[in-house]
Amino acid sequence: MAQPFVGGAFETPAGPVPRVGSDLSAADRRGGLKVRWGIGRMEYGVVPALYALGEPDAEAPVLVSSNYKLSFDALRSSLAGRSAFLLVVDTQGINVWCAAGKGTFSAAEVSRRIAEARLGEIVRQRRVILPQLSAPGVTAREIESATGFKAIFGPVRSEDLPAYLDAGCRATDEMRRKSFDLGERAALVPMELVPALKWAAALAAALVLLSGLGGGTGYLAELASHGPIAALAVASILLAGAVATPLFLPLLPGRAFSVKGAVAGAVLFAPIWIAIWLTAGGGDRVALGLELGGLGALAMAGAAFLALNFTGATTFTSLSGVRREMRFAIPLEIAFAAAGVGAWLAGRLAS
Amino acid sequence: MTERVKSRLVYLADVVTLRLDPGKCTGCRMCATVCPRAVWELEDRRAVIRDRDACIECGACARNCADGAISVRSGVGCANAIITSYFSKDKGGCCG
Repeated sequence: MAQPFVGGAFETPAGPVPRVGSDLSAADRRGGLKVRWGIGRMEYGVVPALYALGEPDAEAPVLVSSNYKLSFDALRSSLAGRSAFLLVVDTQGINVWCAAGKGTFSAAEVSRRIAEARLGEIVRQRRVILPQLSAPGVTAREIESATGFKAIFGPVRSEDLPAYLDAGCRATDEMRRKSFDLGERAALVPMELVPALKWAAALAAALVLLSGLGGGTGYLAELASHGPIAALAVASILLAGAVATPLFLPLLPGRAFSVKGAVAGAVLFAPIWIAIWLTAGGGDRVALGLELGGLGALAMAGAAFLALNFTGATTFTSLSGVRREMRFAIPLEIAFAAAGVGAWLAGRLAS
Repeated sequence: MTERVKSRLVYLADVVTLRLDPGKCTGCRMCATVCPRAVWELEDRRAVIRDRDACIECGACARNCADGAISVRSGVGCANAIITSYFSKDKGGCCG
């Protein structure tokens, strides 16, 4: 039960509850940075319980959150100088929105925690404020019938809570919408990049080993001159699909993510293709065209696949939409990748 | 015709399963409150779908509609989770 961010106990009519502050420590910030890179991301939980922030009295607001520490830290750090009770429910360490989608952030779970914390003995007011993004999993009216506490939906972002509370629990239209600006998209880049690195390294290694085949100067000399071209193609897949697609999402053409990714892949690979074509000496132009064209097709297919994988991290895709896109995109990606590798190999062997 | 509001980031057109039965709506506004995508609008104290293509099928409106006026086949728009579900029995969404 010892959690480093808990500073002692706060006495309530129903006994002591852990007390937390709104200031994030260096360790909190370090932990947040690490999970953004996928380190310990699935073990970043908070003990589900009622917590006290500041000096909450019987009329203090009760704010409900998930037990993912990044969510909990966002909540408490947005409430500097305020007093509130924070009711952390068990979402198995998953953030509010995903837990609601999975059904672990539910009316039953919130009701159970309200009863377990004996909230009715601690506060006189009869209202709990849920994060708006818990609504896909929480039927608010069921909480009231189960506990007597009326559950209302607060703003999407915890940083809007002070303004929301000061306005008498009224959210503006802006507070009700999920944004997806450049900063929010940039924060997602590491979790696109890190999981993709492993298979990208494997693909690059396989292509580099194959690149020594063909040509007239021997395996190692051919590998040294053509391996880097193949490795650059794989690098452009990563850069296009896992970095450029999230960052430049609104600027990339098309609505389908695979189209956006393929365009990013082509744009990133094109300079490599052109530079090599222009600087290549004599030799077999057809073989070189096959080699470069094949890698270009592979770069587009790989970037399209990574971009399609980004759908789950975004705020504006639907299950029906992703299913529709996958039906046309996955076969095309496989065809492009297979044709690309085939053309590249043919080009290498023919040279 | 309702006015189509252009959001900056919108996914594929005409795919979502969101349906409204206007006869059942009592105008409580709950759908507009929970929607993070500004899909709903109230006109003459009745909900109308203002921006259907913005819908992400999260299911928040249908779940919280006390009148049962909204239906949607809800889920998470995540290619990774769909691919994973092909290979396992886990029907969970994204993120672990």
